[in-house]
Amino acid sequence: MNTKTIKVNYLARVEGEGGLYVKVRDDRVVDVKLKIFEPPRFFEAFLRGRNFVEVPDITARICGICPIAYQMSAVHAIEDAFGIKVDGQLRALRRLIYCGEWIESHTLHVYMLHAPDFLGYQDAIAMAKDHGGVVRRGLQLKKVGNEIVRLLGGREIHPINVRVGGFYKVPSRGELAGLEERLKWGRDAALETIRWTATMPFPDFEQDYLFVALRHPGEYPFNEGRIVSNRALDIPVGQYEDHFLEEQVKHSNALHSVLKQQGPYFVGPMARYNLNFDQLSPLAQEAARDAGLTPVCRNPFKSIIIRSLEILHACDEALRILSQYEPPEEAAIRAPVRSAAGCACTEAPRGILYHRYRIDDQGTILEAKIVPPTSQNLRVIEQDLSQFVPKFLTLPEPELGWRCEQAVRNYDPCISCATHFLKLHVDRG
Amino acid sequence: MSSTRKPKLAVWKFASCDGCQLSLLDCEDELLDLAGELEIANFAEASRALVKSPYDLSLVEGSITTPHDAERIHQVRRASKFLITIGACATAGGIQALRNFKDVKEFISIVYATPAYISTLSKSTPIADHVRVDFELRGCPINKHQLVEVISAFLNGRKPNTPSHSVCVECKRRDTVCVMVAQGTPCLGPVTHAGCGAICPSYSRGCYGCFGPMETPNTKSLSDWWLGLGIKEQDLLRVFRSFNAAAGPFRRESERHEH
Repeated sequence: MNTKTIKVNYLARVEGEGGLYVKVRDDRVVDVKLKIFEPPRFFEAFLRGRNFVEVPDITARICGICPIAYQMSAVHAIEDAFGIKVDGQLRALRRLIYCGEWIESHTLHVYMLHAPDFLGYQDAIAMAKDHGGVVRRGLQLKKVGNEIVRLLGGREIHPINVRVGGFYKVPSRGELAGLEERLKWGRDAALETIRWTATMPFPDFEQDYLFVALRHPGEYPFNEGRIVSNRALDIPVGQYEDHFLEEQVKHSNALHSVLKQQGPYFVGPMARYNLNFDQLSPLAQEAARDAGLTPVCRNPFKSIIIRSLEILHACDEALRILSQYEPPEEAAIRAPVRSAAGCACTEAPRGILYHRYRIDDQGTILEAKIVPPTSQNLRVIEQDLSQFVPKFLTLPEPELGWRCEQAVRNYDPCISCATHFLKLHVDRG
Repeated sequence: MSSTRKPKLAVWKFASCDGCQLSLLDCEDELLDLAGELEIANFAEASRALVKSPYDLSLVEGSITTPHDAERIHQVRRASKFLITIGACATAGGIQALRNFKDVKEFISIVYATPAYISTLSKSTPIADHVRVDFELRGCPINKHQLVEVISAFLNGRKPNTPSHSVCVECKRRDTVCVMVAQGTPCLGPVTHAGCGAICPSYSRGCYGCFGPMETPNTKSLSDWWLGLGIKEQDLLRVFRSFNAAAGPFRRESERHEH
């Protein structure tokens, strides 16, 4: 019997610390482990006893790349507990800041973490030696996203302006005016990004995935919607825990999520795209078709095009919000503290992010539950590797290892969120 | 360091959110120039390339929370000529140092069904508790302009210009009216280390201490002010116990309000 092991001890170009281990017997993968070494930080434990006002500031610290997602899921869950709904321009401003985070986070991944795999570079800096203009465009596009977050949030990482009920301070029309020109440039840069990513070499690899995302009747989802799948799931967020289960596995400090009776599922840009294509802006839909995509895409390597499409959509959506903006009279609506439980799910750049809190009548958190997108994708990533490796076993070892890393990076895993860490290890015996 | 060879930069991660090292990639206008001055020899979040030690400059993010990391930091120190900690986790233990005040076994069982699989230390500690540190950059997160200043100071063999006064001075500089005096909003600015640029007061909220204690802060006096504004004793405990909970002056002040 011919056995071999593929090992990557420390997976690069992902957020956090993890590794990869694949064991092959003859032509069959017998074991795949996405090892998560990221040291646990116990957020759900130390949130107990904190005041609800602190929750968006504390949960932001789970992830430096997508703090807005944590703040958005936290404030919506607490507002659900208190029975209030943030609407009108405050709601629009929340969508705007989320657009900023999608642009910043997706552009980071497309240009700096994922594209170097397709073009054969160790990193974006080496890529810049041959493709200087492209990398500079990526950096400037990322900056557009960061400018939105900084203006509305106060700073790019761990913004300070989001609170339960709205914001601490809302911008005037004048303060937002400068963003318009930048976003128009961003829209053009996003279109070029789509054209550029569509020309990349994609392995022939399609899977029949179970996609899960939010769906809203009137818009591409950010903060609201029902949880739907491509296999008949259609539930309100309040039923999340009736349908999804978190499991602990020995090789990972991150918990794994599964859909009861159905198993592993896929969240993030690919899932959103497949379940909400009709809600993308007309320009993004047209760009998708021009890039050769149909409304259904099952090749995870093409997620780089789909992230680029979502950057374009986010620029379009941000421009729409800006054109209709009138400063609200109050920066936040009042939060009527009461003893209650509440939950929310929002679309982080990497997929649905679920929060639930139980709060007492003084506003103290009694219990917190947080399910980050990456822990929901871990099983699908392991499944992809077990399907992918046998097709490419003839590749030399370093090349095969690199392709495996690329297959993991298709998901833009954020191990800092899921706990925090990733390493690759292919065992061929 | 020879004049022809570029200094080698390494970036290391311990328990953290990745935000401080992301600050380097957030230097959209300076990144490619910086890469021209330095060889990025080890930066897993950005590159697969791995250049062997020794490194001229190591940036360390995150706190020490596992037995393995307590060993690893010594390897990093041995491999580095200069070692600079970036951010509140590496400099003060971070938000995860809230475990230092509780029973970590209870924390593990709240999050994980099978606690035996989890390897963790009972305390989250800053890098300087384990190895010699050449410079500490504050903040949760750090300020990217300060990061560029620190790297450039290192490249030019000079002392970084990162003032150690309080956030109050930064408010005065940007002409922000004092939120505590004018609106009665509780603010940690008077005892908090400068560096963020006094963002919160300019957004009508009080400082909440991301950069940790300034040099010789009068925390007791500030607590008395807060009590005068109607803040309860048990709330003061939490105020000093957040992202820099284990930093000496904040830890001691929080303990004064523990009953």
